[in-house]
Amino acid sequence: MAEMISLTIDDQPVSASEGTTILKAAAQIGIDIPTICFHEACTSNALCRICVVEVENARTLVPACVGKVSSGMKVHTRSERIDRSRRTLLEMLATTVDLSEAPEILAYMQEYQAAPDRFPSAERRDPPIIDDNPMFIRDYAKCILCWRCVQVCASDAQFAYAINFIERGFETQIGTFFERSLPETSCVFCGQCVGVCPTGALKPKRQWLLEQGQTPDEIMALTRSERRRRMRREVPAEGGTR
Amino acid sequence: MADFDLAPLKTRLAEFALQGQTALLPALHAAQQIYGYLPEPVVVEIAQALKVPLSETYGVIDFYTLFYSQPVGKMVIHVCRDPACAMAGADGVFKMLTQRVDLIQEGNTEQKTVTLERAPCLGLCEHAPAMLVQGTALGNTGSATWEELVSGKNEPPHSLLGGAIHKLTANCGHAKTTTLKEYIAGGGYNALQKALQTNPFDIISEVKASGLVGRGGAGFPTGAKWEGAYLAAGEPKYVVCNADEAEPGTFKDRVMMEDDPHRILEGLIIAAYTIGAKKGYWYIRGEYEFSYRVVQHAVEEARQAGYLGRNILNSGFSFDVELRQGAGAYICGEETALFESIEGKRGFPRIKPPFPTTNGLFGKPTIINNVETLCNIPLILLEGAQVYRQTGTEKSPGPKLFCISGDVVYPGLYEVPFGFPLRRLLYELAGGIRPGHIFQAALLGGAAGAFATEKNLDVRLSFEDLRSAGLPLGSGVITVLDETRDLRDLLLRLGRFFVEESCGKCFPCQIGTQRQYEILQRIGSGQPQPGDMQRLQDVGLTMTDSSLCGLGQTAASAVLSAMQHWPELFS
Repeated sequence: MAEMISLTIDDQPVSASEGTTILKAAAQIGIDIPTICFHEACTSNALCRICVVEVENARTLVPACVGKVSSGMKVHTRSERIDRSRRTLLEMLATTVDLSEAPEILAYMQEYQAAPDRFPSAERRDPPIIDDNPMFIRDYAKCILCWRCVQVCASDAQFAYAINFIERGFETQIGTFFERSLPETSCVFCGQCVGVCPTGALKPKRQWLLEQGQTPDEIMALTRSERRRRMRREVPAEGGTR
Repeated sequence: MADFDLAPLKTRLAEFALQGQTALLPALHAAQQIYGYLPEPVVVEIAQALKVPLSETYGVIDFYTLFYSQPVGKMVIHVCRDPACAMAGADGVFKMLTQRVDLIQEGNTEQKTVTLERAPCLGLCEHAPAMLVQGTALGNTGSATWEELVSGKNEPPHSLLGGAIHKLTANCGHAKTTTLKEYIAGGGYNALQKALQTNPFDIISEVKASGLVGRGGAGFPTGAKWEGAYLAAGEPKYVVCNADEAEPGTFKDRVMMEDDPHRILEGLIIAAYTIGAKKGYWYIRGEYEFSYRVVQHAVEEARQAGYLGRNILNSGFSFDVELRQGAGAYICGEETALFESIEGKRGFPRIKPPFPTTNGLFGKPTIINNVETLCNIPLILLEGAQVYRQTGTEKSPGPKLFCISGDVVYPGLYEVPFGFPLRRLLYELAGGIRPGHIFQAALLGGAAGAFATEKNLDVRLSFEDLRSAGLPLGSGVITVLDETRDLRDLLLRLGRFFVEESCGKCFPCQIGTQRQYEILQRIGSGQPQPGDMQRLQDVGLTMTDSSLCGLGQTAASAVLSAMQHWPELFS
């Protein structure tokens, strides 16, 4: 059995097994640390840094999702320094992407009194919606780059490796090989990526069409005609005359 | 789509295929040499040969600025736009080139013949303004004509060397590379001979006793690092030479590689022997093509003379080193991002802990040291820790290289003992401020650094003195600014540098560098908005406190420092 480690979180004593993250240890005593990129089923990469906490004698703040407990550790989950970091992060996110379908993040913004318009004339990431397959749409104007979709497409779940990162820094986007359409990639349309997307950037096509005001009947008609069109397209291709 | 003859690529891929993903950057470099850029069918071929998913391969290409997925001109020119070059007129040079290139392009609409790009610091700051023409480094380009620049006859500029001592730079500044024969004549590889007859643990003790700390910027004790990797369980172990020098203002590693490559190699071989590594990597930034060729030659010389390979000097110890070329990413100087790059991935820094000594390259125990750090190793082993410590101060023993650029009479690389006063370095050794001007400030530590002002001039250059003055030593960069320089312009350039070089992994740096740059743009143009100073501070402190790696944690360092010294600049 793993060794038990004693520490304090917000001055409350906690005993957690070795290797436990600060996030989990805090949850044991009912202290809720905010998270955005964290997902139980995905490898934690400590990207969003909203879960940062103060560990006494540490130079920087520590991400609770990957920071492990150690003996005698003194953790503080709220302070002016932590709140400034969390608030500023939320304000920067809000001026970068469309968070309208990310209720958890919006709730954090209220909790930390983050001003959605804190940064005037800030450049947004606002690429057009990609509607290149019958299963789901990709609206990267809502993408916060939590990496979950890339991870479940790769070794966290599906091993399909259809998507990865393109560009870098602020310009980073989720993309495919030479920006091919999804049907032209190794995508198997398992839907795992849609399932883990926290902000509505990936959305089932039907749901999206309903939101666009289409009726279920119209959508059914659309899928039928799409299917027919695809069959017509595929016939000559099989004949070998491309 | 155009047809590509894949035959020459397939020949080259044969040597890479067995290695798998770790050969991705070398394979992409090789392909780009053949085709000029990386067209889709070529990339498919590489990805399949190395068994790397297509999406990930494209992700890697798109991460590194020196890889092109779209056609480029027959000639590619990179003009530096960072502080030292900007102060020497790089913007004017770029403008001249733009006009010239437009003219050429008009006459030849079918094919782009020249691709002109602005580049981050090229590590040629003592020869500012600098550029790369087809990878060849050119300095002092301010008065060069177009014909001279593109003649193809240019040679990289020679090193400019000065200093109060020449322990590390004994073989430097001779306008040529020190050959193996010359290196040996000066006592070279004697330290290796000695090391091979010494118990590894005694070497570690000696390095620890010397008080050597890393010269790449973080200042971690070298002996402790070696001990960690020595004691760590796991095989094989690796040693890595970090020559991905890219901090704006830094050029010491380039000079050491081009003037005295064997000193570095000797240090690396000793490191390998100490922890029992059979394989090492030497990762050189992509922009340092000449350094790469020099090191390649030196490694070949050493191999033939029996300093590398099987049974080195009949000791029973075998070790070899593989050179790796970066591809345009400052972040890869961060040690774990550098590992990722060697492994054939995007240069994303890893979460620490675990640290490289236990979980480094390929997840194995690894020593990674900066070029200058390794240069100190032969010295320590030959003269012993006690004598080594007679140079420098009690708490900062040894010699230190400083890269001085900007408004001094003699920019260049200077070697001084730790504890040397900044004033003497600038005024006695570097010739003082350029005639007719006075000192305004010096940026210490590069883009990730902080400003020293007039009142700091008497600070002694040691870790302890600088720390108490609130200044970083960093990698030993000193960019000197006279009274005519607009600090807001300088900060804007630093801000842009970090926007371009942030990897995008963690949110604070990915978005923070962009927001910081936007505010610096407003301040630079004299039109700040109410509250900008508070915003800048919040963004800066958030990046410093919460970023994943050293890049984000220092991306606001110079801005926050300027805010303390000159708050009036920001409102």
